[in-house]
Amino acid sequence: MSVIEVILGGVILGGLYALVAIGFNLQYGMARIVNLAYGEFLMGAAFAAFWMFTLFRINPIVGMLLSVPVTFAANWLIYRVLMLPLVRRARTREQLEGETILATFGLLFVLRGAATLAFSANNRFYDYLGEPVHIFGFTFAANRVLAFAMACLFGGIIWLLLNRTRFGAALRALAIDPVGAQLVGIDVRGLSALAFAGGGALVAAAGTLVSTFLTFNPSIGIEFTMKALVVVIMGGVGNMGGSLIAGVLLGVAEALCSYFVDSGLTLAVAYALFLVVLVVRPRGLFGTP
Amino acid sequence: MQVQLRQTVSAAVIAALGTMAAWSASAADAPNSIRIGYAISLSGVNAQGAAVTTLPGYDLWVKDVNDAGGIFVKEYGKKIPVEVVAKYDDTSNAETLLRLEEKLMSQDKVDFVLPPWSTGFNLAVAPIFAKYGYPELAVTANSNDEEALVKQFPTLFFFLNQPPHFGGALIEVLNKYKAEGKLNNKVVLLSVGDQFGAEFAAGFGAGLKANGYDIVLQKSYPLGAADLTNEIKEAKASGADTFIAGSYPPDTFMLTSTSITQGYNPKVFYTAVGTAFAEYGGAFKDKVNGVLGIGGWDPSLPGAQDYYKRQVAVTGHAPDGWASPVTYASLQILQQAIEKAGTLDRKKVTDTIANGGPWNTIVGPVDLKTHIREHQWGVGQWQNGQFVGVSPASMPGAQPVIFPKPAW
Repeated sequence: MSVIEVILGGVILGGLYALVAIGFNLQYGMARIVNLAYGEFLMGAAFAAFWMFTLFRINPIVGMLLSVPVTFAANWLIYRVLMLPLVRRARTREQLEGETILATFGLLFVLRGAATLAFSANNRFYDYLGEPVHIFGFTFAANRVLAFAMACLFGGIIWLLLNRTRFGAALRALAIDPVGAQLVGIDVRGLSALAFAGGGALVAAAGTLVSTFLTFNPSIGIEFTMKALVVVIMGGVGNMGGSLIAGVLLGVAEALCSYFVDSGLTLAVAYALFLVVLVVRPRGLFGTP
Repeated sequence: MQVQLRQTVSAAVIAALGTMAAWSASAADAPNSIRIGYAISLSGVNAQGAAVTTLPGYDLWVKDVNDAGGIFVKEYGKKIPVEVVAKYDDTSNAETLLRLEEKLMSQDKVDFVLPPWSTGFNLAVAPIFAKYGYPELAVTANSNDEEALVKQFPTLFFFLNQPPHFGGALIEVLNKYKAEGKLNNKVVLLSVGDQFGAEFAAGFGAGLKANGYDIVLQKSYPLGAADLTNEIKEAKASGADTFIAGSYPPDTFMLTSTSITQGYNPKVFYTAVGTAFAEYGGAFKDKVNGVLGIGGWDPSLPGAQDYYKRQVAVTGHAPDGWASPVTYASLQILQQAIEKAGTLDRKKVTDTIANGGPWNTIVGPVDLKTHIREHQWGVGQWQNGQFVGVSPASMPGAQPVIFPKPAW
């Protein structure tokens, strides 16, 4: 296998990581909530796609038309009911981060427990779009390539939204300084709720796409949350392009390590890279200080 | 004379009262139920394995025993129902499991403890079972050191083959086709980075080398790996006719789906744990025909088909084609041993399990004199929608092997 093929595979894997991280970036960067239960919604969307596909033969992509709005609404509700009281009483950003970490940590177990009860702990797997796709003469699975393509698409749409629309400008203002944003008439609470819900919607899309090629069970949420956190912090909080690049970088690093060194060290490589970036550039590769 | 008579009568009365007291005391001592407890992975990485292979067997056995009125314990002269008083989740964490087993034995003081899932966990709790004197019917455990371990832990019983044995069973199949010139001697050997995979690679590797096979690619990958495309691509490029993976359920599925996508069609395709699951056949449908895997069973044995139907009806889970029936069989042995020993005394029951065989079970007669079950399936193959035993060919009910594996 040539190095090019390994790197391409890493890029596609990295696209998956970026896809998972973009929603987290919205929630953490814009709404300033560290949502540890983030991955649970990914898991929920994966199961939804599974049930729709195996019981009703609904194409997972079409199924997203249902699961994405539902997750959007659910996250919006969670923000307004669970997070808003914390936001209201937090004096500083650090305090808010600390409190949301605790609250969402609890939410994580509630959601995971409910899913385990409802779906049983069994691994689920279904085959969708497993056909081979040839890129530059190399074979990749169509479902993984789709996840990568969707990551680029969503990343692009969010970037356009943030940089070319008034709404996006408001969101960026919110990320930079919520108090200042309030002073210029931006509805901080409403916008944060929308950003949080938007992040949730994106993770539902990620969950659907991921479910087409990964084996999943009610416990997979936390590893995706951790990956998203690493990618977002590496790429710079609030920077969508940063997440995409950081995700791809991570994927390539893991692929190269797996090929040249040992597959068992992929996790070590991921966190080593994370540490290096944090030490050299604490605000992330593309983050604003 | 009158004094003597009075003495005799009083002696007789005392004796009669004493006997009645003793009899009523033993009848009064009979427990309401035989208390069973277990700690197992209800969540986490090991959850699926436990959910497919072990838990339905436990549930079905308890129901079957209680439907028949319970287990007859001669010491109390009656049938006593079985009751699961404690069922703990070890969350796939070994430290948690150790704590929970200690709790079951020292605090909850259950009568019998059923074992956890996975080789690593069964070995980890062996010292605790031995310390408290609880028989450990470790079904989901494969180790290269089984003989040494049962000497070290006299309460430990193994039910599944050691890697060299099921390795030997696969090598038996490979040798047949290599001798006929239909198979080259190159082998790809992958393994999951867990106790099972490590033992598997060690056991299989040694056996393959000893039989003149060339392991052209040997790699281990982490448990829960997100992408195994590179491994399959390398396997495809290696030119080996034989693909062997010491895999656990998540990677068994992923290796198979990746191989299908990449169009990787070795003549022999073998994945380990999970291949025997009904879900495997369900996920890949006709494509699984010809896939070899660890285990196998003989559905034609007396009681086997009935057990299959009952398990589906009672628990909603179809048994897998390897360790599920053995799990149920191990509990059949526990019941028969209690009945034969006539008591719930754990030392006596443990001795009876070892020496009271051979036991009649749904996987055939089982003898545990060496604390290790011999004469069992090593390799199974998906044939027409069923995962049946194919090797060792000397086992009764062995089906002929489909070779080469038809292209996906």
